[in-house]
Amino acid sequence: MSRRQLVLIAVVLLAACALPFLVSNYRTFQFTLALVYSIALLGLNMLTGYNGQISLGHGAFYAIGAYTAAILMDQYGVPYWATLPAAAVVCLVAGFLFGLPALRLEGLYLALATFALGVSLPALLKYHHLEKWTGGVQGIVINKPDPPFGLPIDADQWLYYFVLAVTVLMFMLAWNMLRGRMGRAMVAIRDQHIAAEAMGINTAMVKSLTFGVSAMYTGIAGALGAIAIQYVAPDSFNIFVSIVFLVGIVVGGLASISGAIYGALFIQFVPNIADEISKAAPWAIFGIFLLGFVYLMPMGVAGATRMAVAWLTRKAQNSHTGSP
Amino acid sequence: MKLVPIAALLAVALASPAALAQKKYDPGASDKAIKIGNTNPYSGPASAYGTIGKSIGAYWKMVNDKGGINGRKIEWVSYDDGYSPPKTVEMARKLVEQDQVLLLFQTLGTPSNTAIHKYMNSKKVPQAFVATGATKWNDARNFPWTMGWQPNYQTEGRIYAEHILKNNPKAKIGVLYQNDDYGKDYLKGFKDGLGDKAASMIVREVSYEVTDPTVDSQMVQLQASGADTFFNITTPKFAAQAIRKAYDTGWKPTHYLNNVSASIGSVLKPAGLDKSVGLISTQYYKDPQDSQWKDDPAVKEWHAFMAKYYPEGNLADPFNMYGYLVASTLHEVLKKSGDNLTRANIMKQAASLQGFRPEGLLPGIRINTGANDYAPIESEQLIRFNGQKWERFGPIIGR
Amino acid sequence: MDALLHQVLAGLATGGIYASLALALVMIYQATHLVNFAQGEMAMFATYFAWSLINAGVPYWPAFLLTVVFAFVLGVVIERVIIRPVENAPVLAVVVVFIALLVILNSVTGWIFTYTIKPFPSPFPAEPIFGKYITSHDGGAIGVTLVVLLLLYVFFRFTPLGLAMRAAAQNPASARLVGIRVGWMLALGWGLAAAVGGVAGMMVAPIVYLDPNMMGGVLLYAFAAALVGGVDNPAGAVFGGFLVGVLENVLGAFVIGNELKLAVALVLIIGVLVVRPSGFFGKVLVTRV
Repeated sequence: MSRRQLVLIAVVLLAACALPFLVSNYRTFQFTLALVYSIALLGLNMLTGYNGQISLGHGAFYAIGAYTAAILMDQYGVPYWATLPAAAVVCLVAGFLFGLPALRLEGLYLALATFALGVSLPALLKYHHLEKWTGGVQGIVINKPDPPFGLPIDADQWLYYFVLAVTVLMFMLAWNMLRGRMGRAMVAIRDQHIAAEAMGINTAMVKSLTFGVSAMYTGIAGALGAIAIQYVAPDSFNIFVSIVFLVGIVVGGLASISGAIYGALFIQFVPNIADEISKAAPWAIFGIFLLGFVYLMPMGVAGATRMAVAWLTRKAQNSHTGSP
Repeated sequence: MKLVPIAALLAVALASPAALAQKKYDPGASDKAIKIGNTNPYSGPASAYGTIGKSIGAYWKMVNDKGGINGRKIEWVSYDDGYSPPKTVEMARKLVEQDQVLLLFQTLGTPSNTAIHKYMNSKKVPQAFVATGATKWNDARNFPWTMGWQPNYQTEGRIYAEHILKNNPKAKIGVLYQNDDYGKDYLKGFKDGLGDKAASMIVREVSYEVTDPTVDSQMVQLQASGADTFFNITTPKFAAQAIRKAYDTGWKPTHYLNNVSASIGSVLKPAGLDKSVGLISTQYYKDPQDSQWKDDPAVKEWHAFMAKYYPEGNLADPFNMYGYLVASTLHEVLKKSGDNLTRANIMKQAASLQGFRPEGLLPGIRINTGANDYAPIESEQLIRFNGQKWERFGPIIGR
Repeated sequence: MDALLHQVLAGLATGGIYASLALALVMIYQATHLVNFAQGEMAMFATYFAWSLINAGVPYWPAFLLTVVFAFVLGVVIERVIIRPVENAPVLAVVVVFIALLVILNSVTGWIFTYTIKPFPSPFPAEPIFGKYITSHDGGAIGVTLVVLLLLYVFFRFTPLGLAMRAAAQNPASARLVGIRVGWMLALGWGLAAAVGGVAGMMVAPIVYLDPNMMGGVLLYAFAAALVGGVDNPAGAVFGGFLVGVLENVLGAFVIGNELKLAVALVLIIGVLVVRPSGFFGKVLVTRV
């Protein structure tokens, strides 16, 4: 990573740390949610952007992570931070298991299968035989974590920092993985499936593992989301969650880590803007925003910024060398 | 000679605290305006209920045109939560922390309200007259800032159970219910009302999801069970389907329909008025589509209101009358609060309504609240459909 | 035994609903190799157009025909204006466009027509002909679906235009070389699919009542139906629709309970895709490496 990129990241991190003291608790809460979404989008992007497997059902893993955290906190008194590894393991396994039959599916067929998963999950959450754990239609209410060691900040700010720390950790891990062998194998499978196989990559293993890791990321996000909202219910996890995640990665930029952040900001803040523009048909405005992004910025915001930076760099270089 | 200035000083000193004590404001209230916050599902699967928020907004427009409440205009801030609890939490926080509203009013949906229940009480902001019939909102001791409005579902379920026990104690009952908190709450009240006979009397209990296209399969299952009594816990679209299917397949049980779907315009007419004869339900307000209220002054007033302030609203939809009535209730509470527009006083006034009666309620039904009674409307009357209108019968049940 | 028969009949009736929407889905797939997530909303929107006409006093069959034309034009316009710019974009971008279309149509319809349910008339007589468990509308709707299927079959097999459309979908490059205007063939495909969807909507609305969320529940089952029957085979889609309807009803009533009916669709979809991706009647695709 270049020096300039490192400086940029440091600046962004600094701004992120200062945020809770500059804005109201409500905005801090909104940014906490945006961070949660960015982890979920990073997970989905790994699967869809880097590995080419379309998932329209990642909301299901988000839900599984959320319910894991809620059940552990509510029924077994597990402290909130300990639910994260639990949610991670559960979703890693669930994702891997789903990825196995999905191996045979490509493109739109995989989209359909995952769409079916996303649509039917709320019904499974409401299933009365599972009610003892899931709380059924009533859902589960959980408590907000308090700042530890009596730190002089309030619960919202503490939660923001906690989520920020987890986000930074997850992003670093992802960056590392995507840069290494696994990441290269993932991209190779996406671009040239048969050649990758011929070269000796165990495509079945890589694809299933990618599914598992991607589900794990989204599951961790789900757990954090449950802690932030303090409530889980089947109605919170319908197919729109999966759809909005997909929108997030396309708008943010496929196969891009920073794209997860842009996408998260989009899905957190644009619906509110749409609501302010049109009380009557807010989702129509959202849809129009969507179309705008797809037409004008098909590579997503990340792609657009990359192009802008490249263009600016070229200009600077040209003026530097004094082109004729 | 010196007494006059001293007396004057004393008079001013004594008068000032009294003058200051007359106007008390919490965030959201001022000399000129009262800000009221709300979340409603204007999009998503429950968007049919969004008309409630719109009708309430229209009501405040009418109030503002007439000069407001005690000279203050109402600022109505209503956000879409898509019936998704995380969104409700976000919007509620926005209303309380950013928009600084005085209170939240008629937030809609049981899961949505459950999600913000603790928050509202910890922030000590009224969660007033919530738009759900769940029983848990009547808990003045633990949640003093939350109050319901409509008769709760369990009470209604019990009323039907008692009616069956009295009139047909050997009945074989089939139940169709929506698989969510609304459906399950009704079912619980119904079973509680039947007591230990519930297990033997209910021969079949089937659920459906809002995502199901039709309930035809469930209706066929119920008919096959041999039930002669049917408790229909469905929302309008599915209620219409169920009524029609029962008729088409020749199944003629004693048919109890839950109040949420007891609407001539949005359920019985689509199902077929002739297919709805004999339906039993309960009611607590006047259905504007019912011809018996054609000349009723309250209903005419409502029609005038709809024509002028909410012309795009559907006259056949009783939710628009519901919105009008619940807004009238808050209107009364705010009026009684006078210049003391603190949140605590609003809850106090809301908890001391004695015999208040917006005229759109059925004759004999009143709103009563108390320090330990956070259930404003607890009475309903049984009604039976005769093919053209809902005939009330029996006494007013409940307080 | 009686109860089982009744469930099967009820399942055939609901299956008819799934079959008609599945037919539209398959049409789009055949013409463009895309799965249109917004198909249900387009059908619903066309049905509201029909409702407006009937409400304004237009008699049923003229309104029906006008709606079919309207739906056709709508489909062509959508293809030209909205889908064309992303023709060569990655599949994901197209999926997002479909989703945008879905939410826009749903939201705008709710805004214009409100969310209260509206009854939609049926052209078929009210008296049950096929016994108590299938109303004559159910039977009529199934009949209409089969007629549409037949018309499509004839069109694609025996008309030059149908042949040109099939060529454009299978091999756009070669089709262009022989002078077929591939772009307009795609637009035509969308138009036809939209028209079929409009017919589906008008057949479905009398059963489920007209409201903006009418097709939401049907969409997943229609996908399952299209997959089970073979996503490139219209007749298979219709068969799949009936199969899904009957399975869902029978399993829901007797085996797994009503709460898990959607899960039936899920299992079906995944099962078919894993075991036999081409469905019962689709062609097995062999890709040359």
